[in-house]
Amino acid sequence: MQADLIVSLALEQVLNGLQFGAMIFLIAAGLTLVFGIMGVINLAHGSLYMIGAFVSASAAVHGAPFAVAVLAGAAAAGLAGVVMELVVIRRLYGRDHLHQVLATFALILIANDGVSMLWGKVPLPVDVPGALAGTLSLGGFVYPAYRLVLIGAGLLAALGLYVLIARTRLGMLIRAGATHRETVAALGVDIAQLNTIVFGLGALLAGVAGALLAPILAVQVGMGEQILILTFVAIVVGGLGSIRGAFVGALLVGLVDTLGRAYIPVLLKPVARPEIADSLGGGLSAVAIYVLMAVVLVWKPRGLFPAGAR
Amino acid sequence: MLTFARALLAALLVLSVSGSSAFAADPPPLKIGMITTLSTAGGYLGEDMRDGFQLAIDEERGKLGGVPVQVIVEDDGLKPASGKQIADKFLLQDKIQLFTGIIYSNVALAVVPSVVEAGAFYVSPNSGPSQLAGKGCNKNFFVVSWQNDTPHEATGQYAQYLGLKKMVVVAPNYTTGKDAIAGFKRTYHGQIAEEIYTALDQTDYSAELARIRAANADGIYYFLPGGLGINFLKQFAQAGLKKTMKVVLPEFSLENHVIGAVGNDAEDLYGTAHWLEDLPYAANKKFVTDYRAKYHREPTPYASQGYDTAKLIASALRAVNGDLSKADAFRAALRKADFKSTRGAFKFGPNQYPVQDWYSMKVVRDPKTKKLTLRGVGKIMRDTGDVYSGQCKLT
Repeated sequence: MQADLIVSLALEQVLNGLQFGAMIFLIAAGLTLVFGIMGVINLAHGSLYMIGAFVSASAAVHGAPFAVAVLAGAAAAGLAGVVMELVVIRRLYGRDHLHQVLATFALILIANDGVSMLWGKVPLPVDVPGALAGTLSLGGFVYPAYRLVLIGAGLLAALGLYVLIARTRLGMLIRAGATHRETVAALGVDIAQLNTIVFGLGALLAGVAGALLAPILAVQVGMGEQILILTFVAIVVGGLGSIRGAFVGALLVGLVDTLGRAYIPVLLKPVARPEIADSLGGGLSAVAIYVLMAVVLVWKPRGLFPAGAR
Repeated sequence: MLTFARALLAALLVLSVSGSSAFAADPPPLKIGMITTLSTAGGYLGEDMRDGFQLAIDEERGKLGGVPVQVIVEDDGLKPASGKQIADKFLLQDKIQLFTGIIYSNVALAVVPSVVEAGAFYVSPNSGPSQLAGKGCNKNFFVVSWQNDTPHEATGQYAQYLGLKKMVVVAPNYTTGKDAIAGFKRTYHGQIAEEIYTALDQTDYSAELARIRAANADGIYYFLPGGLGINFLKQFAQAGLKKTMKVVLPEFSLENHVIGAVGNDAEDLYGTAHWLEDLPYAANKKFVTDYRAKYHREPTPYASQGYDTAKLIASALRAVNGDLSKADAFRAALRKADFKSTRGAFKFGPNQYPVQDWYSMKVVRDPKTKKLTLRGVGKIMRDTGDVYSGQCKLT
């Protein structure tokens, strides 16, 4: 292969990694906020993502324009998040993590069965909006236009969250709540209400991710669990409870996963027989992100940017 | 007064006892144990299979082959260990002698050996693993669907027939995925430009798609069942690759639910199948019409397999009048495969796996309804069994 082709292929793969990372970030942001501020491990976060995808898919099926469908998905997930917090999560603050895992695992089962009762088990169709369906020529390679939109959405969400957390009163309370919970409560802030808002915000972001990913993924029951594992890896790498950590962690996971899948099998080709190189490469690239996580944790046991360590 | 009440009570008792004994003269329905996958992302496969099976029972108003049956359905959650537990419960507690239902081969490999060793029968509506097709075949194990390799052999044959010179092949990195690619390569003799293995829980395929683009092939084959294939196909089309490559798929990656979920991106895809919705057989027309009317969704190969499995069981139950203790007669009746299959000609090979025809198909837009539908193109293989049957020694 010529040098310029190799360079443009590498650029394309980096872009792929960034896009994947941006989507992981949308889900990871809510998960890490909830953990950082309320100390709750919410396994059902993927269910909120699934709800966002299903509601936006069915809005699209009923003829809603794409933007409306995304808003509907985000709103539904946010609402579901608020209800989830008020009814279940609220009772789990300060409880043992095992209790939280048990209760939120139950929520996954309830959400999955609820969604399959409402929409059935057959995956729903969602088309990429017509204007974004094509490909763009970027220098040496063509790239799906919709994937550029996803990168943009991820960056926009990151910027929005940064402004919200660093520049607003609500953000100040969120930061304070993450590190000095009792002091904030003693100063007369309604911590219960703050919790509901933060949980709803996290759910909303997960819903946005679900709605935006609906046109490129199978919208089906159980889709939340598939992506949740990657999300957990991202927030563990980035440091639990920190938005900045979630952002860096998500991009790292996206890049390592994508570049691993792109290059590990190719690099193995000269040293192993083809059929071994292909299947070993597939296996190695699947574990690449876990190797990343292990390396980061050995080097920095609390992750890259743990909350409260600024 | 008291005596009157006593008499009345006695009369009632006598009546009720005689009533119940009259009722008991009807034998209890024959229990069929259905272990299948209803939850997880693969749940809709089991659902279609179960509903196809039930349709055959409804046709006879609760009977199969004139024998009243009761199907006990349990969800294995795609976990071999759960499947095994359910099978043990069915065998020991419910005393079930006739099993069916499993979708995934990893579950089947955990369940089938203990079922057939206990002397019970297993009739598979979907999974046909190679381990149970050759030396490991068993006289009480029957497969109605296909041997796992055959759909891929048919697809390789079709890619060859379409004149594709250079192909990319993609499958998940686990046993069934590797078997699929081996099956494809058994009949496709062109150049394999890239062999790509993906993770089973993968959602994003952008890295693979860039590799596929760089490979400059003229065709692609992938075995990515259910949601995996939907994700892949959507992203493949969005990357603009459909314009330069022909897509040739096994039936798992190209059935009505996949087309429904993928939408317009499914147009002009090629594939192979052992069953098609537009096959011109009377049994098939009846099945397709009744299935749509009852479930309000399009039938899939899984649904047809469930229906055919029930019809095969019905033919054998009729032969022994529902008495499974006549195991030899029941087995002989199953082997005869004396039923009208939705896919036309059907018989069993020496390992009790099917010998049948395979069709080529294409996704086209129906000129009347404007909807995308799978249309049969022709027969790609005739009377085809599997490569393992020679190693099976059943007397």
